[in-house]
Amino acid sequence: MTEPIISIDRVNHYFGSGNLKKQILFSIHADVDPGEVVIMTGPSGSGKTTLLTLIGALRSTQEGSLKVLGEELRNSTEKQRVALRRNIGYIFQSHNLLKSLKAKQNVMMALELHTHLSSQEQADMAEEMLKAVGLEDRMNYYPDELSGGQKQRVAIARALVSNPKLVLADEPTAALDKKSGRDVVEIMRSLAKDRGSAIVMVTHDNRILDVADRLIHMEDGELESYDLETQAPPERAIALG
Amino acid sequence: MLFAIPLAWLQLKRERMRLFIAIAGIGFAVFLMFVQLGFRDALFNSAIRLHENVNGDIMLISTRSNSLISIQSFPQRRLYGVLGAEGVDKISPIYVGFGLWKNPFWEGLPKSQTRQIMILGIDPNDDVIGVSGFDANARSLIRLEDQIFFDKKSRAEFGPIPAKFSELEKKNELITTEIADRKVTIAGLFELGASFGADGNTITSEANFLRIFTRRDKGDINIGVVKLKEGADLYKTLEAVKKSLPGKYTVNPTLTPSEAREDFVVGEMRVLTKKSFIEVERKYWQNSTAIGFIFTLGTVIGFLVGIIIVYQILYTDVTDHLAEYATLKAMGYKNRYLLKIVFQEALILSIMGYIPGCILASFMYTGTRNATALPLIMTTERSILVLFLAITMCLVSGAIAVRKVQDADPADIF
Repeated sequence: MTEPIISIDRVNHYFGSGNLKKQILFSIHADVDPGEVVIMTGPSGSGKTTLLTLIGALRSTQEGSLKVLGEELRNSTEKQRVALRRNIGYIFQSHNLLKSLKAKQNVMMALELHTHLSSQEQADMAEEMLKAVGLEDRMNYYPDELSGGQKQRVAIARALVSNPKLVLADEPTAALDKKSGRDVVEIMRSLAKDRGSAIVMVTHDNRILDVADRLIHMEDGELESYDLETQAPPERAIALG
Repeated sequence: MLFAIPLAWLQLKRERMRLFIAIAGIGFAVFLMFVQLGFRDALFNSAIRLHENVNGDIMLISTRSNSLISIQSFPQRRLYGVLGAEGVDKISPIYVGFGLWKNPFWEGLPKSQTRQIMILGIDPNDDVIGVSGFDANARSLIRLEDQIFFDKKSRAEFGPIPAKFSELEKKNELITTEIADRKVTIAGLFELGASFGADGNTITSEANFLRIFTRRDKGDINIGVVKLKEGADLYKTLEAVKKSLPGKYTVNPTLTPSEAREDFVVGEMRVLTKKSFIEVERKYWQNSTAIGFIFTLGTVIGFLVGIIIVYQILYTDVTDHLAEYATLKAMGYKNRYLLKIVFQEALILSIMGYIPGCILASFMYTGTRNATALPLIMTTERSILVLFLAITMCLVSGAIAVRKVQDADPADIF
């Protein structure tokens, strides 16, 4: 059996301190295998995003054990987390592209961290990636000159160009219409499958739940998991999702 | 320091309007610093212009003198006493006085007809003032009664003397006017330049000087100029001069030993080498008047204005890019990368703002030089100093603005 890419064991998380201390996550337990596409649903304020920022090494884990790509994040230092982030691809709710850079340069920003690549290699990889997301004729456009769907496709190219083993996406379709939202997740899924990257996606958009291998539902800081191949998603998850 | 993608420059370039405003603001601060430092140096340089042109190696002045504009007199016999000292070749007196000059081409009110001018009285036998236009022929002309030489770089308020002089010269006529109610004739022109202390200068013989200043006595001189014999050692001669003067030998305790060798007091006489004669005048304007302080303060204000402008620009820039910076952090960029971007932007801005500021200041220098006869020039040292100040200014602003980068928390943008 392969080692899971994310292994979450009894993770609790709190915000605030003293009298205002509030528990957000309650004894979360979950595993994600390499190459798996997992969609996390749940109402606003249920703690999905908090869990995603923990997995993404943007916060330090307070209680329990959280291993991402074999790295324990409990009591991790800022330096360890920065190093880990370089091996994770991120796709944000808003595209968060750098406005001053062209599409190709934005994708290259993800490669600059990998110093063994020459700038020519970086440019070639970025071009190839933009072709894969169908933007070969938009490489030298600034984000302002692209549509919402195109921007999010650049963001996907940026997240995937360094071949990360794990891609995290926080409501990537929230700002998109039905058609472009669908296109974006399809591209994301097929590219991730080609490269063997696992995807953890948080979404409210129940039109795209079928791209997942597995659905997990978060409610009031607790997780429920469903395997889409063996059982149908519960009505509740869809309704709330 | 350099990356495959020069993000700092690309970000600045993307916001053209902001870049333009930043350059204008920094350029203004640079210009302000150039103006202040330029005027300060011009003041000091104009104040020592005469000192630099006195032909002598050792100067004697009264201990009660602070600067040229308030120079006190001393008995000429002290100077004669020095003549016997080993190494001394020649001595020569200079009389300095200020009197009201009457503009011979006065156009009427509201302009004033009279203005204070500096008059130097010299021995026509000695080549003691080496300025352009004042040669042996000039020295022989001032031997004549009430004949003076006028500085053509004097301020325009003294009248259109240089233009009228060459006009009348063709008709073999000379300009006549009055100094301190004494009728004098302008025999020729020389070139020295106005200073903050004296708006205009004239040179004449000591005899004519005493005719103008009737209350001054012969032998009551202001500067004693000593010339050394060919090959004589300056410091040995200073020792000999020290011995030849009556009274107690003292030095200013704030001077360094090497300065004290060139600037000491014996009795009522202060003995200076030409170098320290210039230095004493410069220090007077620099340290003992408000003027040096005011221009230094002006420079500091220019510097602070620059810091505020650059800080505003950088702060706005960081705020605008906060989400982008947080994204970069989430991608695994270190804080250090973002700090570098802010400092690179600061550095780029300082250099881009310096160039127009420097060009503008050069034009202003030329304009002011023509209008005021002050020696205002763009020196290499000052341009390097201001460039250095501009870079420091931008880096200080950068150092304040980077604190904002800490706000780019990737956990918040998810």
